[in-house]
Amino acid sequence: MLLKLTCLIPLYPLIGSIINGFFGLKIGKKAVGFIACGSMILSFLTSVLVYVGYLMLPEGQHVYEQVAWTWFGAGDFIVDFGFQIDPLTLVMMFVVTGVGSIIHVYAVGYMQEEFSYYRFFAYFNLFASAMLLLVMGNNFLLMFIGWEGVGCCSYFLIGYYFEKKSACDAGTKAFVVNRVGDFAFLLAVMYIFNVFGTIDFTDVMHAAPEKLIYGGEIVTIITMLLFVGATGKSAQIPLYTWLPDAMEGPTPVSALIHAATMVTAGVYMVVRCSVLFNLSPMTMTVVAFIGGGTAVMAATIGMTQFDIKRVLAYSTVSQIGYMFLACGVGAYTAAIFHLVTHAFFKACLFLGSGSVIHGIHGEQDMRKMGGLKKHMPVTYWTFVVSTLAIAGIFPLSGFFSKDEVLYHSLMDGNIIFWGMGVSAALLTAFYMFRLVFMTFHGESRVDPSVHPHESPKVMTMPLVILAGLATVGGLLGIPFHHWWHMHILHSWLEPVLHFDLASALQHSEHMLHQAGQHAPSWTHLLEPTEHQWWTELLLMCFSLAVAVVGIFGAYMFYIKRPDLPDKFTEGQWGLDMVQNKYYVDELYDDAFVQPTIEGSKLLWKECDAKAIDGTVNGTAKIIGWCSRQAQTLQSGFVRNYALFIVVGFISLLLVMF
Amino acid sequence: MLEETVPLSHYLMLSATLFVIGVAGVLIRRNVIVVFMSIEIMLNAVNISLISFDHYMNLSNGQIFSFMVMCVAAAEVSVGLAIIIAMHRNKPTVNLDDFNLLKW
Amino acid sequence: MELLIFYPVAGLCVALALGVIFNNSPVGSAISLIGMMLGLAAIFVLQQAHFIAILQIIIYAGAIMVLFMFVIMLLNLKQGDDKGWASRDQNLLLSVLTGFLTLGVLYKIAEVLFSVDMNTPATLPDTFGTVAVIGETLFTDFVLPFEVASILLLAAMVGAVVLAKNKLD
Repeated sequence: MLLKLTCLIPLYPLIGSIINGFFGLKIGKKAVGFIACGSMILSFLTSVLVYVGYLMLPEGQHVYEQVAWTWFGAGDFIVDFGFQIDPLTLVMMFVVTGVGSIIHVYAVGYMQEEFSYYRFFAYFNLFASAMLLLVMGNNFLLMFIGWEGVGCCSYFLIGYYFEKKSACDAGTKAFVVNRVGDFAFLLAVMYIFNVFGTIDFTDVMHAAPEKLIYGGEIVTIITMLLFVGATGKSAQIPLYTWLPDAMEGPTPVSALIHAATMVTAGVYMVVRCSVLFNLSPMTMTVVAFIGGGTAVMAATIGMTQFDIKRVLAYSTVSQIGYMFLACGVGAYTAAIFHLVTHAFFKACLFLGSGSVIHGIHGEQDMRKMGGLKKHMPVTYWTFVVSTLAIAGIFPLSGFFSKDEVLYHSLMDGNIIFWGMGVSAALLTAFYMFRLVFMTFHGESRVDPSVHPHESPKVMTMPLVILAGLATVGGLLGIPFHHWWHMHILHSWLEPVLHFDLASALQHSEHMLHQAGQHAPSWTHLLEPTEHQWWTELLLMCFSLAVAVVGIFGAYMFYIKRPDLPDKFTEGQWGLDMVQNKYYVDELYDDAFVQPTIEGSKLLWKECDAKAIDGTVNGTAKIIGWCSRQAQTLQSGFVRNYALFIVVGFISLLLVMF
Repeated sequence: MLEETVPLSHYLMLSATLFVIGVAGVLIRRNVIVVFMSIEIMLNAVNISLISFDHYMNLSNGQIFSFMVMCVAAAEVSVGLAIIIAMHRNKPTVNLDDFNLLKW
Repeated sequence: MELLIFYPVAGLCVALALGVIFNNSPVGSAISLIGMMLGLAAIFVLQQAHFIAILQIIIYAGAIMVLFMFVIMLLNLKQGDDKGWASRDQNLLLSVLTGFLTLGVLYKIAEVLFSVDMNTPATLPDTFGTVAVIGETLFTDFVLPFEVASILLLAAMVGAVVLAKNKLD
């Protein structure tokens, strides 16, 4: 019965958004902030209540579905507007509402002097509502609505400073690149409906092993299309170019949308469809490669950027690469674990950078920062804690999640994946601490007219909370199997990720035999794998060592001998390429954007101006010509008229008789 | 020969001839008054037709209708001639071709 | 006996009608028209429609044609004011066309008429066409058209007065 409150969870932020949007100007800044944060906190509390209700479900029932109403039905295609509560949903809900509330509170302080205060919070709440719809929907179409909704709100919020052309362009770029991914996602949903006749999650996942052949073309196509959609939303290769530009938006937007929630929607979707992905080993390999590759590539670019938010953006792309790497080798729990811990420390990092920017009055270039440690102690310490977490230092949360990803990439994957993961870890530690050292340590390169100051309490409290969560979040996934038989997150997500490979292979063999084809030998897949403890411990120590090496490197380069970076990169041929993000943006521009613009211009001049306008104007001209011919009938001569009367009368007679 | 009656068709033939002559007069003449008179010829032709049918079918409807036709003809002539007088005040001609201002 | 009366009178009517449209002077046309109407009155009498015949003479030849004469005199139309029956520009074309039109229509009508046998007249009572019978029918079956006709005449009267009035009042 507590579970009946499910439908309220996305409703609170939606109502908050509507109130703020329509009445924001009238009710004043304080009320707007109160309503926005209040609705998010209400959602969080309701999520807690729903969690309690879920725990009270009878044994054996793992999913609770609440159908609000039937949205539409067209023949056999019936779509409900329904919500689904299962372990995965609960994890995501907590992340979105919890971290979302904290960031809302921070934004109240950060956006205090901005114009259109109410517009920001209206869009922010709308985004939260759409994200909740995404994670709570019980069928693909509802998830797609949330998918589109968050993309839309991302566009609104990136282009929040709409008077800057770069902001508007960044918003458009984000939306268009997302659209490419969405198109693939929609194709996948259509294909799923074609194969299964339904798009409900529970129905599809139950029927999948019986309807799809393991490794067959259908499931590979479906999962590849789904994954392309995920790359669009989660900024992986090849659709990642929008995320660094999205830093044009205000910092709370970057923290919530581009660190904790929207970009993780792709990961959520892949984990939700884990059954489908498990049936297609080829897609899994692709996912792992793209995840690992993105992790390494984004880390290399992040090393050379000077804008503090860009570094964090590339770091996000890299960390999500980790999550996809985990998905690609089948370690979905590790992916979700990393998603949760990443939400904590990345949000803290972004909010911290926002605090820094706020403190030095808008400067974002790290070359003009330095020595801020003594001016902003709270910001500094929370920032350092989160950086240690992202670098993967024991006993912070990032250590456990990253380690789990690396372990599974070696054991369930192969050494290449592990190698990609380790290099990315090394680079992550390096550039994150480069960021810390350049911003907070050393000589102050800040503009003398600016007096850096610490941010107000409303901004530093969220930082402290998030840093605390980043510290203790690791408890969720400490592998206690060996000693206490308990890995909290793993056993929690077990009902969702459960996949019986043996029976799926049996079904596939059966289907192939029915089609008259020979089933390949799959016995090697059914070998049981044990969790090798000593290997894991060894890997833990190795990754710790790697992280320490990275930190030490950063220390050397930026504290001890600050001239080293310049000497090192002098004459390096690769630096130019890396610094310009491997010229990927320029490549896309030449390959896709310019041809589209030229094509549109051609269509405009030829088709629109000449053909369509010509037809319309031509019709008018023809009518004019006809009228001029008909004008001669009205001559003004009475006898002509009399003649016409008589002629008409006679022809009538002739016709009748 | 003295006992024969005129067949109906001959009466109708007369009516048709007079009607056609009236139409020709409307089309050919340029004098407004003469055009009016041609219209009167047409109305009379119709009267003949009505009366003939009455005679041959022993009805009285035709005669009543003929009476109405005469009534209407009287009204029409009076108003029409009043209009011609009014037009003559503007332009001292009765040539129908001179009244051609109502064109495009 | 009827035949002896009908054909000459009919021929006279046709000739006078042609005279109306082909006459140069409007007064001549008016006289021809009066003659034609009198001829038609004779034919009406032949058809035993006495009342209508008298009405024809009184209303048509007596009132309407007098009105015509009035207007002709008022407008002071002279002989030859209108240059004959020549049409606007395509003199020949219009005449030929009209000639064809009239002959064609006549032929068609003749064809229709003579193909049907309707030549047996019904027997008529003695009172056919008398004032009493017509009056009875008029005031019982057709009283509404009668009243409407009177209103029509009223309207026409008023209209004629208004239209022809001198505007200098």
